[in-house]
Amino acid sequence: MISAKVRVRKLEKTVKEPDKEELSACLLAVGAGKDVQAFEILFRHFGPKIRAFMLKRGGNRQQAEELMQETMMMIWNKAALFDPARGSVSSWVFTVARNVRIDAFRKTNRPEFDPNDPAFVPDPEPAADHVYESGQEAERLRGALIKLPPEQADLLRMSFYEEISHSAIAERTNLPLGTVKSRIRLAFSRLREILGDAA
Amino acid sequence: MNITHHISDELLFDYANGALEEGWSIAVATHLALCPACRKRLSAMEAAGGMMLEAIEIEPASGPTEDFSWEAMRARLDSAASASSVIAPAKRPSGKNVSLPEPLRSYIGGDVDAVKWKPLGLGAYHYPIKTSDQDISVRLLRIPAGKPVPEHTHGGRELTLVLKGSFSDISGRFGPGDFEETDETVDHQPIADPGEDCICLAVTDAPLKFKSRIVRMIQPLLGI
Repeated sequence: MISAKVRVRKLEKTVKEPDKEELSACLLAVGAGKDVQAFEILFRHFGPKIRAFMLKRGGNRQQAEELMQETMMMIWNKAALFDPARGSVSSWVFTVARNVRIDAFRKTNRPEFDPNDPAFVPDPEPAADHVYESGQEAERLRGALIKLPPEQADLLRMSFYEEISHSAIAERTNLPLGTVKSRIRLAFSRLREILGDAA
Repeated sequence: MNITHHISDELLFDYANGALEEGWSIAVATHLALCPACRKRLSAMEAAGGMMLEAIEIEPASGPTEDFSWEAMRARLDSAASASSVIAPAKRPSGKNVSLPEPLRSYIGGDVDAVKWKPLGLGAYHYPIKTSDQDISVRLLRIPAGKPVPEHTHGGRELTLVLKGSFSDISGRFGPGDFEETDETVDHQPIADPGEDCICLAVTDAPLKFKSRIVRMIQPLLGI
């Protein structure tokens, strides 16, 4: 009986859970041709996560639902801007959800750089194997995040889920601001090493 | 552009996370426009955000609700199809010679030659930039070559982004694109280097900010 139940759940999971490549292909299909079927896969995968994310960052269920719908609408409209060489689908979706939330709660848009601005300083020419490497980079990044010490991981989780600044975290946790700052630094110095950045 | 002073992890993380107010974000985003290295760090942080989003555990499937939600979405897509609000990648305009990058240029309403400077005394000028936060002061400063930055008292955080010329202080020399982050614990006296006036973007906590800052922090919770 129990094993049958487990099997059903497993089966559901394999049917319902698209992997990263599928999600990436879906988003590209939406960007290229407004593919509604591909969008439904994205919606059923990310919709509940975005709704939960919005709920974690404050507000009631109805607001969370509205912000999720707004985020998905943005994804529909902006899908053509997604570039798999620049990052994963989930990080792209995260930035859209983050910006929808800022627009909803602040009077102005989030100040952002514009890659099409003539005064913008573009990235140095990418190496020929850049696209191949960015997939590997994401994997290494994931590995590093999983291996973060608990106090650093908790801090990142708290920041991401609750959208609070490092000074607000210091107030909330009664940790000295310097401690919060140094934990953030430690967490990201590891990520920096992984990305081979000297900054 | 040879940038040697970058945005700290803590500040960049707040920006990546959507937790940084507009005033500070103008300085951060304008540095990012000039600095591929910091943009790379930003995308690593956004990738971490994406992983956090993926890791959210969803309550056991509530099928009808999800179907209902998808139907609502489909209805929006159908009505959006007629409006055609599709956003496509824009082409980089070429041949235009501007020195101030976005988003700063839009806040000023033009390039550096359009700035309506106001005298601060001793040959220095400033230009206040309006934002939605009254408790964060955002302005351009123009410091004459070889002279110190005037009226330099601040409590709390101060961000400085050099746009033209350079200045030096206890932390070193800051040239175009360089980003300095200080707070009340740092006693520094920036002096513009000789040879050229120094133009920079300065963002500070405005006086009497604390009360409204708390209000702003809980605003999202109140839903206002």
